[in-house]
Amino acid sequence: MSDISIQDTSYEASMGDYFALLKPRVMSLVVFTALVGLLVAPVPVHPFIGFVGILCIAVGAGASGALNMWWDADIDARMRRTAGRPIPSGRVAPGEALGIGLALSGFATILLALATNFLAAFLLAFTIFFYAVVYSMWLKRATPQNIVIGGAAGAFPPMIGWAIATGSVSIESLLMFALIFMWTPPHFWALALFVKSDYGNAGVPMLTETHGRDATRKHVIIYTLLLVPVALGLGLTSIGGPFYMAVAVVMNVWFLKGAYDIYKRDDAACEADKHAVEIGVFKVSLYYLFAHFGALLIEAALRQYGVGGW
Amino acid sequence: MAIKVEHELHERRRGRNFGVFALLIGFIAIIFGLTVVKVLQLGDAAQFEKFDHVARPQIVPQEESE
Repeated sequence: MSDISIQDTSYEASMGDYFALLKPRVMSLVVFTALVGLLVAPVPVHPFIGFVGILCIAVGAGASGALNMWWDADIDARMRRTAGRPIPSGRVAPGEALGIGLALSGFATILLALATNFLAAFLLAFTIFFYAVVYSMWLKRATPQNIVIGGAAGAFPPMIGWAIATGSVSIESLLMFALIFMWTPPHFWALALFVKSDYGNAGVPMLTETHGRDATRKHVIIYTLLLVPVALGLGLTSIGGPFYMAVAVVMNVWFLKGAYDIYKRDDAACEADKHAVEIGVFKVSLYYLFAHFGALLIEAALRQYGVGGW
Repeated sequence: MAIKVEHELHERRRGRNFGVFALLIGFIAIIFGLTVVKVLQLGDAAQFEKFDHVARPQIVPQEESE
């Protein structure tokens, strides 16, 4: 053997593969709610500082996504929906994802502290910790209530946006948090009722599989009932107003009716119309969140002209 | 052995290298922008310069003496 040839057929990860680690679709929801939290706050923020703040929240959320993919690579590999993610498909090494997740967490938190204030940075750090450690490492594989508590991680962004502007936590930001927190379970369980999941194969407890579909239907209606006072209560605070209230009443009646329809059904009815009601309610739940936060934004814009608010 | 300037690794990692380059430029732009905004927000630049490690009273405008 006269020469040594290095056999290198391994795949070279591209920038896009690393970007996919940051869960861009989740990031878009985070950016939207954080932006609303920032813009509805009564304290004006310099546009560039606001931009950097939102960017830090987005990168922090992405970093927690990368940490989640690093930890859950074994689960992801066993489920069809997630098998194509960068780590299970072999495009990115697990160690790289861990490194990127940790590095971006540090950058995002420190930059947010320097650009805005320590409360906002602390909330961002806590969000990353909550999603990566409390949800991914601890609850996800332990309890079917995983998404109830884990939903808190997704509920923090508007609170961070508010903290960027005001440097404080108030009833308004707590209610924006509560709105997403209470919305997540019925939204997610409506999805779980019609998606044929393979969470069971991966050993992740899901309410539909551990307690059955009837119990899940009951959970959907209960959490929706608990969500209504939060949504309407937010309308009574300083960031609410007649326009928000009108939107909230319509959306809550719509969502409640959907949850009640789900509650009244059984598996036979679901099979008969191929889960049409559940799919419908899932879509309504998406409109629900966007309508509420969109209405808050419009309310804030109206206040500029002296017509919004109470 | 001739030193090859262009290694095949350069070609293979071109996209990634440009990506890192763009990120670094973006990061510099953010830090620079933040610096400009934060300094301008201080208001009177003389007030800022006053705290240049040692007190420099000559920078502070003299008050009208009666």
